[in-house]
Amino acid sequence: MALTEQTRAEMAELAARYPHARSALLPMLHLAQSEEGYVTEDAIIMCAEVLGLTTAEVKGVSTFYTMFKHEPVGEYHIGVCINPGCGILGGDAIWQTLSEEVGVGHDEVSADGKISLERIECQAACTHAPVMTANWEFMDDMTPQKARQLIEDLRAGREVTSTRGPVIRDFKAAERTLSGIDDDGLGAVAATDELMLAGLRYAQAHDMAAPEGKVI
Amino acid sequence: MPLTPVITAHWDQADSFTLDGYRRNGGYTALAKAFEMGPDAVIAAVKDSGLRGRGGAGFPTGLKWSFVPQGDGKPHYLVVNADESEPGACKDIPIMLANPQALIEGIIITSYAIRANHAFVYIRGEVPHVIRRMHAAVREARAAGLVGTNIMGSGFDLDVVIHSGAGAYICGEETALLDSLEGRRGQPRLKPPFPAVAGLYASPTVVNNVETITNIAYIINNGVDWFRSFGTEKSPGFKVFAVSGHVARPGIYEAPLGITMAELLEYAGGIREGHELKFWLPGGSSVPMLTPAHLDTPLTYEAIAEAGSMLGTGTPMLFDETTSVVRAITGWQDFYKHESCGKCTPCREGNWFIKDLVHRFNTGTGKREQLDVLTNVCGQILGRSFCALGDAAATPFPAAMKYFADEFEAGTTTASDVRFDPAASTVFSEVKA
Repeated sequence: MALTEQTRAEMAELAARYPHARSALLPMLHLAQSEEGYVTEDAIIMCAEVLGLTTAEVKGVSTFYTMFKHEPVGEYHIGVCINPGCGILGGDAIWQTLSEEVGVGHDEVSADGKISLERIECQAACTHAPVMTANWEFMDDMTPQKARQLIEDLRAGREVTSTRGPVIRDFKAAERTLSGIDDDGLGAVAATDELMLAGLRYAQAHDMAAPEGKVI
Repeated sequence: MPLTPVITAHWDQADSFTLDGYRRNGGYTALAKAFEMGPDAVIAAVKDSGLRGRGGAGFPTGLKWSFVPQGDGKPHYLVVNADESEPGACKDIPIMLANPQALIEGIIITSYAIRANHAFVYIRGEVPHVIRRMHAAVREARAAGLVGTNIMGSGFDLDVVIHSGAGAYICGEETALLDSLEGRRGQPRLKPPFPAVAGLYASPTVVNNVETITNIAYIINNGVDWFRSFGTEKSPGFKVFAVSGHVARPGIYEAPLGITMAELLEYAGGIREGHELKFWLPGGSSVPMLTPAHLDTPLTYEAIAEAGSMLGTGTPMLFDETTSVVRAITGWQDFYKHESCGKCTPCREGNWFIKDLVHRFNTGTGKREQLDVLTNVCGQILGRSFCALGDAAATPFPAAMKYFADEFEAGTTTASDVRFDPAASTVFSEVKA
């Protein structure tokens, strides 16, 4: 899909949110990925035009960040956290299973274009290790079996929901959310799970509380 | 020491993240109080509270705010560091998910105090569920007149922008974050000038961590004495500890600073059944590891420093006896090499050396004299890098050598996965010790 004048208008809308327009460059690149699936040459030109930058300046930025892809990823871009907090608790084993199963390595796409895999670093979910992501929605407390099932379900077009609520959409839809351009309508999902409540539950069960105050 | 849920007190309510839910629990009463106090009194209260930054460095928050020059005619900015990427840190993400309105109330109070009319929340890009939540929370606050012009009739105007990063650990470093927020490569700046004087768009800027700013409404509402009734003289207040690793009940545990790891571990159900603690990190991979001998050290900035580590993000990771120290260190050194931004030579080049060498010990092909080379390279990076990422990268290996030199010695002949079966370390392993 080629970038349209609508995309250009949305990029300008993002730029207008900031006191200095260039601050919108990262959100704009996310928006470009939501249209084309990765940062294309056309996207770099459009970002440069909207912000009055050179294409070299835009490319210098886009190549710095690992979430900006410069060639197509799969319809479902799957991350496996291999940082030791997850890797040792099972992430390394999950990576090996999936890499063999899908038949691709780090930052590679399956032949049918459905699945790409990435060895990702810490996702700030160590309490939920081992953690994976599917188009950046979290899949907590994974096992090799669950990981295999996830791939199978996504491949078969079955609806899969993140362990944190939202349904897993395709890569482009996820990138549109990240751009922040509009409300994706998935806002009111659950806030917490038992791991996030572990301390509160323990405190309640053992009559522990903060010293009195008009606590909010 | 008992647990003391404050920030986490209402997380079991299904609508804790909504404006209604937050207001039902007393939310946004601190803001009215702050408007009555006036900006200088708010800064003074936060200074007196002794609140220290919860992002890792522990710098006194009120002091940071007081560095912002007033009456200088320049726009001021508040930037909330929500780039939570430190390996082991997983507290800001839950705070934003379950209690985003407390963060926003803190943002409004802080912006009012430092005379900022623009606030930004820089959230790492890999967490759409949190980015979505924060956008929704700001929309709700805006619709209720809490963000925008003439907030609650105070005459104070504030715009809050939720900003998504795009995958770069270095952007958690405050000056790299500012460059990234300006639409550039996220590389650190030379300090001084500090952001409080020349930050975003070269204007005075306060950069604070999510948990730090979330503390503000509670401090304003309940007072300095109440806040100081938690913790110690040098480490006042409560902390959202995130306990992970080989523990029976990993999760979020909120307690006063000064609680010991032994106490937290007890609440977390101890090390998983049939196993025992081998080593632990108090707050991220960037702080030196400690051993079971340090379990009774109070989790305060000062006591953990005395024990030879750092409180860091206050998110302890614990590993049991099935874990190879060499393997863990190798994983973290891979991380630092991957995340080094390339700006300064010691970090960019040194991390290649470290990575290459630790891998040799991980595969059982290290040479004894290479341990000295590793020690030397870490020493060359530490204190000689442009920013704290270099210091962090030079931290894991020397700490591991201090307690587990024998494992690196063994790495001259035997691969780590031969000595320690990786399958035994997994949470889905059925292998019992």
